[in-house]
Amino acid sequence: MGVVLLEVKNLNKYFPIQRGILRRNVGAVRAVDGISFAVHAGETLGVVGESGCGKSTMGRSILRLIEPTSGTVQFAGKDILALTKSQMRTMRREMQIVFQDPYASLNPRYTIFQTLSEPMEIHNLYQPAERKRQVESILERVGLAATYASRFPHEFSGGQRQRIGIARALMLHPKLIILDEPVAALDVSVQSQVMNLLEDLQQEFNLTYIFIAHDLSVVKHISNRVLVMYLGRMAELASSEDLFADPLHPYTRALLSAVPIPNPRAKRERIILKGDLPSPANPPSGCVFHTRCPIAQEICKQKVPEWRELRPNHYAACHFVD
Amino acid sequence: MINQTLILEEMEAQQVVNERPDFMRRFWKSGTTKIGTVLLLFLILFSFVGPLIYRHSAIEAHLLYTDAPPSARFPLGTDSLGHNILAQLMVGGQSSLEVGFAAAFLSMVIGILYGMISGIIGGWVDTLMMRIVDIILAIPSIFILLFLNVAFQPNLIIMIFVLASTAWLGVSRLVRAEVLTIKNHVYVEAAHALGARTWRIMIRYMLPNFLGTVLVAATLGIADAILAMAGLSFLGLGLPPPTPNWGGMLSDAMNYMFQNSWWMIYPPGIAILTSQVSINLIGDGLRNAIETRER
Repeated sequence: MGVVLLEVKNLNKYFPIQRGILRRNVGAVRAVDGISFAVHAGETLGVVGESGCGKSTMGRSILRLIEPTSGTVQFAGKDILALTKSQMRTMRREMQIVFQDPYASLNPRYTIFQTLSEPMEIHNLYQPAERKRQVESILERVGLAATYASRFPHEFSGGQRQRIGIARALMLHPKLIILDEPVAALDVSVQSQVMNLLEDLQQEFNLTYIFIAHDLSVVKHISNRVLVMYLGRMAELASSEDLFADPLHPYTRALLSAVPIPNPRAKRERIILKGDLPSPANPPSGCVFHTRCPIAQEICKQKVPEWRELRPNHYAACHFVD
Repeated sequence: MINQTLILEEMEAQQVVNERPDFMRRFWKSGTTKIGTVLLLFLILFSFVGPLIYRHSAIEAHLLYTDAPPSARFPLGTDSLGHNILAQLMVGGQSSLEVGFAAAFLSMVIGILYGMISGIIGGWVDTLMMRIVDIILAIPSIFILLFLNVAFQPNLIIMIFVLASTAWLGVSRLVRAEVLTIKNHVYVEAAHALGARTWRIMIRYMLPNFLGTVLVAATLGIADAILAMAGLSFLGLGLPPPTPNWGGMLSDAMNYMFQNSWWMIYPPGIAILTSQVSINLIGDGLRNAIETRER
């Protein structure tokens, strides 16, 4: 593994709940609550969890698209959260994001060329002729013809648009790309192409990915390590092989048992979680998972489980697994 | 394999027919829009080119020919002071149209700036700015206009500012609403992620999105401004004499209703009506053309 490129420590994002005309704070939605992890250069960290568990908020907080409430984010040794606005703008060349919905993430009034050359305009890179060359070369690299540059987003299919979204993230040659469910909105056949493209690009440009997804099979395929989140907190973190072979946290086990297996005769135990995801505005006491956990005991309601290294490089937050 | 699927994707994409707007064509397609445009062009030519052809003074008083019905010498007759009504109508149109267009443009600029700032900053600044708009809107605009016209001696420039002082409110609300919608688009977030500054997002992302809607509002605002100025002049608070204007002509004519001097009332009345109808038709045409694009 390479050097640590990104280190997140105790990241929190609380959205205040305001009531009344005076906007009194009557509470907070704990969207991201005490997340810490490190990402090494060149690796892919998968982040999984149900919708609403704070995966996307976490990704946006790292990029300061949402200002986190507290915590530190170190990127290549620099404290991102301490940067001024203009320092942060420069830093954005190093860290990019690909969004989930390729229909919403492209400006419908821009041609593809405008979309892709805007990053260079913003950072005053290159002369116009060179910008054109850059756009064409990236377009070809993501599997689109250079002649598409003059077209508008509505002329493309979802898969093509997502390629354009990826191309835009690549324009500034970043080190880190946060992929926020980049294939969730695509057809399955197109999904695998885009996944392959992402893997090729990672090799070629030596990229580091944070891959946010809710589809475990997608994450397993691409990730070196996987972080499982539940209700804004970390449940488990392990290498991809370890996590899928030997899940420790009961939530991870339940998730894995829900992955469909393309064999109708395969017998296996499904762990069905009871109840709904609790509200992050009013999270359960102790271990946030205790309301739905099949092995919960009295202690889980009272004490927040510690984040422990249960196997070498395999962490989980649960009182009862070793 | 990748190539094959790309071709498939391409076919799929081409089914999304190029719906890029042929905006002007759609604008022209409608007959009512054509009528409106022709009427407005006629009014503009009548007011600005007319006096060059029909070379008669609008302020000269033909005291021997007061209250004269239309004749060969005075095609639309004269008023109680012997003014040539046709000449007055032309010159009066100049100030009406100038003030109308300028007030609408000014209110558009103010409204865009105000609404954009309010929407982009958000939070309590937005609340405060919009409450100010609400408060001014709650006061009947004719009251504000009367007050301002009494407080300042109106000339052409002051008149423009007075009329714009109430007209920008609606535009600013419109703009703010659009900004709030656009602000939350993912592609705006993408621009932030690329390091775009706020002004870039305002000019490149926000402005093109709401300019169409605002243009429609501003077009209709021209009609409102012309009508408001006519109304003020009718009440005697318009531009000072001797410069004629439509509202003032109508007001003078009202005093001679009992003489059945129809030639004094109809020309300014019809001129005001024509300006309203033509501009509203154009505004509707613009709206239809823009809304089709957004559908």
